[in-house]
Amino acid sequence: MLKNNLVVITNPIYFASQSTFMHNEEIKHSEELQHIKQMMEQSSRFISLSGLSGIAAGTCALVGAYFGNASILHSKAGVVEDLDTTLYDASVNGNFTLPNLLSNQLVQIAIVTFFSALVSTFIFTFIRSKRTKVSMWSTTSKRLFINMSIPLVIGGIFLLKLAMWGVVGLIAPGCLLFYGLALVNASKYTLNEVRYLGYSQLLLGIINLLFIGKGLLFWAIGFGLLHIIYGLVMWLKYEKQ
Amino acid sequence: MNPIQHLNKVFDNRIRLGIMSALMVNDEINFNHLKELLQITDGNLASHIKGLEDSGYIQVQKGFIGRKTNTTYKATPIGFIAFKQHLTALEQMINNSK
Repeated sequence: MLKNNLVVITNPIYFASQSTFMHNEEIKHSEELQHIKQMMEQSSRFISLSGLSGIAAGTCALVGAYFGNASILHSKAGVVEDLDTTLYDASVNGNFTLPNLLSNQLVQIAIVTFFSALVSTFIFTFIRSKRTKVSMWSTTSKRLFINMSIPLVIGGIFLLKLAMWGVVGLIAPGCLLFYGLALVNASKYTLNEVRYLGYSQLLLGIINLLFIGKGLLFWAIGFGLLHIIYGLVMWLKYEKQ
Repeated sequence: MNPIQHLNKVFDNRIRLGIMSALMVNDEINFNHLKELLQITDGNLASHIKGLEDSGYIQVQKGFIGRKTNTTYKATPIGFIAFKQHLTALEQMINNSK
């Protein structure tokens, strides 16, 4: 009788302790899965890329586009031909050698823009990697760098050749297309969202092919606006405390 | 069947679990990369690596980069299977308790 009573009394306690035991186990297993996921990601992706880098690079691109536009307008004043609708500048026709190209004001602006964007990207990501205590020059960042570089370098050489032959109308869409491919390729080694930035650049590049001559506008949207939007979204999602 | 018996004792440790997780998604990883990833001391990492190696789950390859030693680790086929079973058991246990 007493024994029976004891069972009745302790039963709820038994169940209660059983359920907290189950609950704790469940938490432990969930944490373990979380840990696995985190280790898989951290070991294969470089995730210290800062959203602020995107905003800075986008701003550089917009400033560059502004000066580029001013330069075109200025040069147009002396030229009758409408640059806006030109795919092919016959006067160039392979005569554009590398030194010739480098003396072009538009090319100079592009180079300055590219390097200032690169440096500002580097700075903000460096700050973030210091804060998250992840080395900036790690196996994952090297992998990201290499996979990003392949389409970019190949694209760069190809576009350089186009420029030397005066096919100016394809330069801007070409930049967007190769950059988009580089991003899609690199997204496997960094934040997955980079893939969507890549798709957007590709789409924009394709649309630009339908509007040859509006290159600078598309270029400003792709490298300027999209970068700023992407950077802002990333910053709000991952970095804003 | 109780999935708890499929949980692997070898992986009942955050560091060993972390090493294996990383080796599942990378063909090979060197000592320094693992150390940076797990943020632990050389000695601690070495002892856990030894444990995994003794279980036959990872394979050690000693090499050189210039004159510096570069030891890399790889998951063995047995290691892959063991980790997969452990992962499935974990998922089952969470699903069962829901």
